[in-house]
Amino acid sequence: MGESLSGLDTFPKLLLHHAKVRGERPAIREKYLGIWQTWTWAQFAEEVRMLACGLAEQGLKRGDHMALVGDNRPRIYAAMCAAQCLGAVPVPLYQDAVAAEMAFPIQNADIAHALAEDQEQVDKLLEILPQCPTLRHIYYDDPRGMRHYVQPQLASYEQLREIGAAAYRRDPAFLEREITKGAGDDPAAMFFTSGTTATPKGVVLTHHALIDRAKAAAEMEGLSDRDVVLAYLPPAWIGQNIFSYAQPFVTGYCICCPESAETVMTDMREIGPSYYFAPPRVLEALLTQVSIRMEDAGSLKRAMYRGFMNVARRVGGTILDGKKVGPGDRVLYALGDMLVYGPLRNVLGMSRVRVAYTAGEAIGPDLFRFYRSIGINLKQLYGSTETSVFVCVQPNGQVKADTVGPAVRGVELKFTPQRELLIRSPGLFKEYYKNPQATAEAKDNDGWFHTGDAGYFDPDGHLKIIDRVKDVGRLTDGTLFAPKYLENKLKFFPYIKEAVAFGDGRDRVCAFINFDMDAVGNWAEKRNMPYAGYVDLVSRDEVYDLIAECVEKVNADLAQDPELAGSQIHRFLILHKELDADDGELTRTRKVRRGYIAERYAPLVAALYGGDTSVHVEAQIKYEDGRTGSISADLKIRDARTFAPAAAKRAA
Amino acid sequence: MSAQPQAQEMMAGGRRIGEVVLSVEEVSLSFGGVNALTDVSFDVREHEIRAIIGPNGAGKSSLLNVINGVYHPQKGTIRFLGEPRHDVDTHEAAAQGIARTFQNLALFKGMNVLDNIMTGRNLRMKAGLLAQAFRFGPAEREELEHRAVVERIIDFLEIQAYRKTPVGRLPYGLQKRVDLGRALAMEPRLLLLDEPMAGMNVEEKQDMCRFILDVNQQFGTTIVLIEHDMGVVMDLSDRVLVLDYGKKIGDGTPDEVRRTQAVIDAYLGVGH
Repeated sequence: MGESLSGLDTFPKLLLHHAKVRGERPAIREKYLGIWQTWTWAQFAEEVRMLACGLAEQGLKRGDHMALVGDNRPRIYAAMCAAQCLGAVPVPLYQDAVAAEMAFPIQNADIAHALAEDQEQVDKLLEILPQCPTLRHIYYDDPRGMRHYVQPQLASYEQLREIGAAAYRRDPAFLEREITKGAGDDPAAMFFTSGTTATPKGVVLTHHALIDRAKAAAEMEGLSDRDVVLAYLPPAWIGQNIFSYAQPFVTGYCICCPESAETVMTDMREIGPSYYFAPPRVLEALLTQVSIRMEDAGSLKRAMYRGFMNVARRVGGTILDGKKVGPGDRVLYALGDMLVYGPLRNVLGMSRVRVAYTAGEAIGPDLFRFYRSIGINLKQLYGSTETSVFVCVQPNGQVKADTVGPAVRGVELKFTPQRELLIRSPGLFKEYYKNPQATAEAKDNDGWFHTGDAGYFDPDGHLKIIDRVKDVGRLTDGTLFAPKYLENKLKFFPYIKEAVAFGDGRDRVCAFINFDMDAVGNWAEKRNMPYAGYVDLVSRDEVYDLIAECVEKVNADLAQDPELAGSQIHRFLILHKELDADDGELTRTRKVRRGYIAERYAPLVAALYGGDTSVHVEAQIKYEDGRTGSISADLKIRDARTFAPAAAKRAA
Repeated sequence: MSAQPQAQEMMAGGRRIGEVVLSVEEVSLSFGGVNALTDVSFDVREHEIRAIIGPNGAGKSSLLNVINGVYHPQKGTIRFLGEPRHDVDTHEAAAQGIARTFQNLALFKGMNVLDNIMTGRNLRMKAGLLAQAFRFGPAEREELEHRAVVERIIDFLEIQAYRKTPVGRLPYGLQKRVDLGRALAMEPRLLLLDEPMAGMNVEEKQDMCRFILDVNQQFGTTIVLIEHDMGVVMDLSDRVLVLDYGKKIGDGTPDEVRRTQAVIDAYLGVGH
């Protein structure tokens, strides 16, 4: 970043800057009718200008909030900036949320203007209209299916743009005046936290916070306007927002919007992003796909893959860290790069990735090493919505599987006696919207943000997070119980998709398992085992054997660690349905809601601890179209082998 | 679609039902001694969705085959756009703008989705074989234009993720969608759908219903469909024709048909 951005303290000012200095460089691309269409920075600025004038004309004012509901689309991002130009605060909402979940943010922020991506989102907004009397304007991007809607609140994106164009002709200087009025301390955006525990909270972030953090990380990684990012995660999630809005506005790089959620893999290969972000779950899904396809490959290819992956596992990470390895291994790795790793990176669409981040949840060490070993510079970072993401990032060459790296420039960290992590950083949020009590609880008088995460520094000063402070429990005999740690260990197996561990205040650890339908389905086909679907597979003893093997491997591993040997998993059952965000079992970012699950499946938990060998279950489920149904099944419960703790004490 | 002035005669869904585009008058078709159709008359109006129902062997598919020229009726007249037709074969019917999908799918399984839909453009390609093979002269521009139409259909049917996937590897519901896409690529005046929802699960059926309604509303395509799922028929169609043993036993709006005693006896009443 050779250029000075001083004085550019808001996103709209940055936009005007890029339109001037790199007007012809691509700002945002979208695949439409099979062809990538590009908006340059100049075109992007023009689009924002028209929209902002249109929104002002429609009554959007400084301090108002505007809802954005949709997937990654250039127009959604244009609207985000347009609102900011006027001093209004964009509030991106999760596009896969059901209508009822959208009501709270809209009521909470008295939202009058909303941009919806398509008919599906418009329908949701219209559904909650009676509860949200403030909502007066709903604009829609895609007119498909909208021809017969007559609600007075509706207007198309094009209409809004025309209104704006007319207003612009009347007063061309209006927008510049509005943009100049903006300051770095103004709120730039509001993100609703997914609400793992209670009602969602609106996290207010200022221009200064977002821009400062985006800059700090961009400088650290040497990002420039030559970088390319694929925007494929929900824009309502702070992570995606940083990578597809804040950072491009700071560095001038180009973001690309995939054609649809199903085409992400293909689009990624076509675009070849140089900067990539993926939560562990996505990386895991990719690896599962690779493993499955490799199992279907011919024996020669399988042998080659196995052989060279062994080489990669041994030296790949070390080579990426720039450390010395023997000449023999170096030659072998180079050969492997030509025959296996290179093509594999290409299939994954990661041939050009310079920097890749993962965050959001702990990542399985083997999964993490897999990507690094094939030459993808995957690193971990730590952050949250409240901190504008970047708190800790692993610097190149100092990457470890079980830490999240040292603090990024400008961040101070310390721990409470309960091992809770506290953060002070320029990127901290301003407040929880209309919730001074929650704000006061999270942010103390000295400006320390209480994360609720438990962890410690390792000898190199890298932060290591083990679990949420409130989730870390004890078994009745006093053994440490970190449920997430166990669940993550289980989930590392490609056959296991979700796991929920119980044990706090109990005499031993038990778990619910969700297997991965793709992986186990494939496994069943390989064994010529006919099956009708998920529920059918759940009832098979063979599947239980397969999962039991995984659980026992975890136990064997835990037995090696004196701290955790006591929390081996004694019994488990496979759930009759896949945990789903629509049923409230996962958050929208797909984290398990342990407490809710324990409550909802209380009889199952009781059966696990009661010593039964099977349990009957009947459950309400919600289909994707909103209807409800019920399923009933008999679930088996299995005992898993546990192991004696390793005699030799290792230093943790 | 351009913004048309609000029609006076707004009908189902706000579409404008226009003139009669197809009329079938007193048509009879027999194979040897079997009478597949006996004196069947009905008409189809522009922009409407017209359903044909009836028990197995009632002559529904035969009727479609008569309309698009697979069979030639021994008796009766068929008028398409006012013109009486005699011994029209399938090619000519297609050239006149009649497209159809098939009960048992008729796609090229080894070809990808894009190419399959492209075959629907075949009748509209003007460049000669050689010009197409070597892409000289107007052939390249022509192909680009056709590709653009096909891409719009892919977008419309939401099958972008499968552009390059061989059709044989797609699940059945998606294959049906490709089949519809290929028929749409002809930009037909009249679209004949032979059991578009046979063998689909609830979700696939809902998707297909939405696509049929969207085709009808966005492109104004007139649709004749055969369907067994009574819920679907009653929801989708403007008018329903009921056949039994090759004879017409009911014709009218879904509500009218539902009340006709002969229909109840023959079809709805016999516990389907």
